Amino acid sequence: MRVGVITFPGTLDDRDAARAVNVAGAQSVALWHNDADLKNVDAVILPGGFSYGDYLRCGAISRFAPVMNLVIDAANKGMPVLGICNGFQVLCESHLLPGALTRNSDLHFLCRDQEIEIINNETAWTSAYKSGEKIVIPLKNGEGSFQCDDETLAQLEGEGRVVARYVGQNPNGSRNLIAGITNERGNVVGLMPHPEHAIDELTGPTAQGLGFFTSILNAMVK
Amino acid sequence: MAKIVVDVMLKPEILDPQGNAVANALPRLGFNFAKSVRQGKRFEIEMDGEPTTAQLEEVEKAAETLLSNPVIENFVVRVEK
Repeated sequence: MRVGVITFPGTLDDRDAARAVNVAGAQSVALWHNDADLKNVDAVILPGGFSYGDYLRCGAISRFAPVMNLVIDAANKGMPVLGICNGFQVLCESHLLPGALTRNSDLHFLCRDQEIEIINNETAWTSAYKSGEKIVIPLKNGEGSFQCDDETLAQLEGEGRVVARYVGQNPNGSRNLIAGITNERGNVVGLMPHPEHAIDELTGPTAQGLGFFTSILNAMVK
Repeated sequence: MAKIVVDVMLKPEILDPQGNAVANALPRLGFNFAKSVRQGKRFEIEMDGEPTTAQLEEVEKAAETLLSNPVIENFVVRVEK
């Protein structure tokens, strides 16, 4: 199974994401923002970083990169897509996911190990977890506050589309402690914290992030 | 030559931590006039000649597509002489 990892100018976490894919047992495929070809991948990861320097708004320029037209098309046809941190911001700007990520409520760039609870384990990216399972993975962002209107929030909650929530004090002002959401179909997931930095205990706080990458392998094998 | 100005502001219901930080800094400097502060973005676009209605419609479209994120922001387009 081939999982594409997109590199935009300014992306930071593409190597860790590719490594996580490989450790999980799939094959990572490097995709470049200017590619007009998805290289026959079965799924795509938009990694974290500061694509296009976060100019204008986080993810606003990346959303119009040539490769994103293909990703949006494929996602609408059901291809699994995971956006982590800046990738989540790109997915919101692309309107593949509702809402937006805004400046952390206390204005500080946060970098710490964060406990989150997996709420929806029926997406392509979370099936390896139990619903209600709590994991610790790094959270590192300046604009991670998930915002949307009341109607969208009610819809996300009502349809079970909140994928993960922060545990404990709200780190960034996100509505309803939302750390991750999915689309109606469950193939597109956006997540603010970083599972790719927590796939083994040598380099991460835990290995509890690996489940996102084994989930996609399971989703494909089925 | 015409200048088109696009002002982009966060919607009133969206928390503006940057504006709040500015509002909190003002009294520290002895400025006590502000009840609240909201921070936005301003784009200045230069064009050759007077913009046509069709061109202004294009600017509106660009403001909605790229310059602002309608999920969290409002924008106003105006021509400056």
